[in-house]
Amino acid sequence: MEASKVIHAIYNDDDVLMSAVKKVRAEKHHIEEIYTPFPVHGLDKAMGLEGTRIAICAFLYGLVGLTVAITMMNFIMIEDWPQNIGGKPSFSYIENMPAFVPIMFELTVFFAAHLMVITFYLRSRMWPFKKAENPDPRTTDDHFLMEIAVHGNEGELENLLKETGAVEINLVDKEAH
Amino acid sequence: MYTFSNKLKTFSIILMVLGAVGVGIGFMSSHKSFEDVEHLLEAEAHHGGHGDEASHAAPAHDTHAESHDAHGKGHDAEVHDGDAHKKHVEHVQHQIHNRPWAALYVAAFFFMMIALGTLAFYAIQIASQAGWSPVLFRVMEGITAYLLPGAVIVVIIALASHYLGHDSIFIWMNPEVVAEDALIQGKSGWLNIGGFTLRAVIFIGGWVLYRHFARKFSVAQDTAEDNSNYKKSFRIAAGFLVFFIYTESMMSWDWIMSVDPHWFSTLFGWYVFASMFVSGITTIALITLYLKSKGHLEFVNENHLHDVAKFMFAISIFWTYLWFSQFMLIWYSNIPEEVTYFIARFNDYQLPFLGMVVLNFVFPILMLMSADYKRVPWFVVMTGLVILFGHYIDVFNMIMPATVGDRWSLGLPEISSILLFAGLFIFVVFTALTKAPLLVKRYPLRKESEDFHY
Repeated sequence: MEASKVIHAIYNDDDVLMSAVKKVRAEKHHIEEIYTPFPVHGLDKAMGLEGTRIAICAFLYGLVGLTVAITMMNFIMIEDWPQNIGGKPSFSYIENMPAFVPIMFELTVFFAAHLMVITFYLRSRMWPFKKAENPDPRTTDDHFLMEIAVHGNEGELENLLKETGAVEINLVDKEAH
Repeated sequence: MYTFSNKLKTFSIILMVLGAVGVGIGFMSSHKSFEDVEHLLEAEAHHGGHGDEASHAAPAHDTHAESHDAHGKGHDAEVHDGDAHKKHVEHVQHQIHNRPWAALYVAAFFFMMIALGTLAFYAIQIASQAGWSPVLFRVMEGITAYLLPGAVIVVIIALASHYLGHDSIFIWMNPEVVAEDALIQGKSGWLNIGGFTLRAVIFIGGWVLYRHFARKFSVAQDTAEDNSNYKKSFRIAAGFLVFFIYTESMMSWDWIMSVDPHWFSTLFGWYVFASMFVSGITTIALITLYLKSKGHLEFVNENHLHDVAKFMFAISIFWTYLWFSQFMLIWYSNIPEEVTYFIARFNDYQLPFLGMVVLNFVFPILMLMSADYKRVPWFVVMTGLVILFGHYIDVFNMIMPATVGDRWSLGLPEISSILLFAGLFIFVVFTALTKAPLLVKRYPLRKESEDFHY
């Protein structure tokens, strides 16, 4: 268990936090993590985080759902037992397709939505009974916390963070995950 | 202030002249006598190889029995051969005569519906107090300027097709047809020329009145001291939307559904609405991008484009939803009096009928799904042109099967009608754009709209 030191700078306003992020980034310090009680619009851009690709996942999952629906109904209704149900043409898939569209649509949405959510949980490491990774309970209420790794430059960093309007600056040991 | 560039003005006039000439030629060349049509049919029968007249005649009569009941009744196995032949030739002659009328009507309605869809979109933006769109209001007001001339032209063509064209578009206007047709007689309380005209006057009057006052308050708000004009425009927008949804629905029965007076569909008004709404939004995007490329709309940025493109995307899907709901419900239950509508379209209009689903659904859904693509002007322009063409085909599919049947084509009469009304549309819209500054001045949400970013 190697312990490293990090600085926790606490802010009580999202606007102050935003300008602090820009300053810290301009000084070429690496921001490990930021904890906020609610989504701060534009924070990801200010931190320079990459855009999410979850929409692309959802699109591909949707295609999987569509394929499942088509394959399933083609097998059941056309290939396996093509009986005459109320005069519907079960000779080929395309002839009876309008009747299948509601299912094709719903399965596309179902797969896209659920698999996307599951992907989100996996990528964000969220599940029941997961131990909360929260350095300070106030960040779930009304405080914002910026975590910066320290490489022997705590004095310089503390000054910088004070300048940016941090209300509290703590040097803490952090257990590596 | 925007000035109508001479180049564009000349271009629109050239379009109108070319279109008018083409429409004129279309009318002249469609004037075929009984003998001409007889020769034409013989030539076609020989060409087709599998020759006899009767087999060729049968499907044509069956498919159009719906809209040409007077002729349809004559199609009977026991009817004498010569009689059937005469009826068939007359039927085809009628379809050939109808073509330039129907082509003109489709194009006139298409451009009218762009203006009307834009007006509805405009009213929704004001009534919902949208914060992103005020920078586009003047573009929308410009497009809606075409509503008055456009809608009046549609009604004039509808009535002229009866008085000059011998019921080329609406057979229920013909008293001889109605006399033999119990179904149309039953509907004649609604479907009569007096009522048709009166309703048209009320529809157009209401829409144009709203457009007039909305524009007036919008311009007055530019120089006003307070927000009273804005409040007035908010109130009339809410009132107009109620009026609009009733009149739009009735307009779709009158101006489109009644070309097939034996057929009816309950969600038809919504379906026509979706078509006009998406065409209107697409036109807003195209004209905005044109004006921006000329440097007249610096305050419009790719975030506004993104929102307009989202609407194009979403309403395209909404249109498809209604198209499919109408089609699938009728296909599924397969009730003869309803299903003839789609049988005619499947037999004779397979490419345009299914092609428009590709143009209006598959293409926009794949092209406009990505958030990045929605912000690229040329991409939106390309998709927009496809959507507009798709919705022209949509109107084409609604009108043509009832008027020209299987004798359709996208030839000279259709293309020149499009050119004629496209020219008129450009001329009217861009003239209206010169009448007021392209940015609303004292509109309460203007600042929010200018700073809008997504």
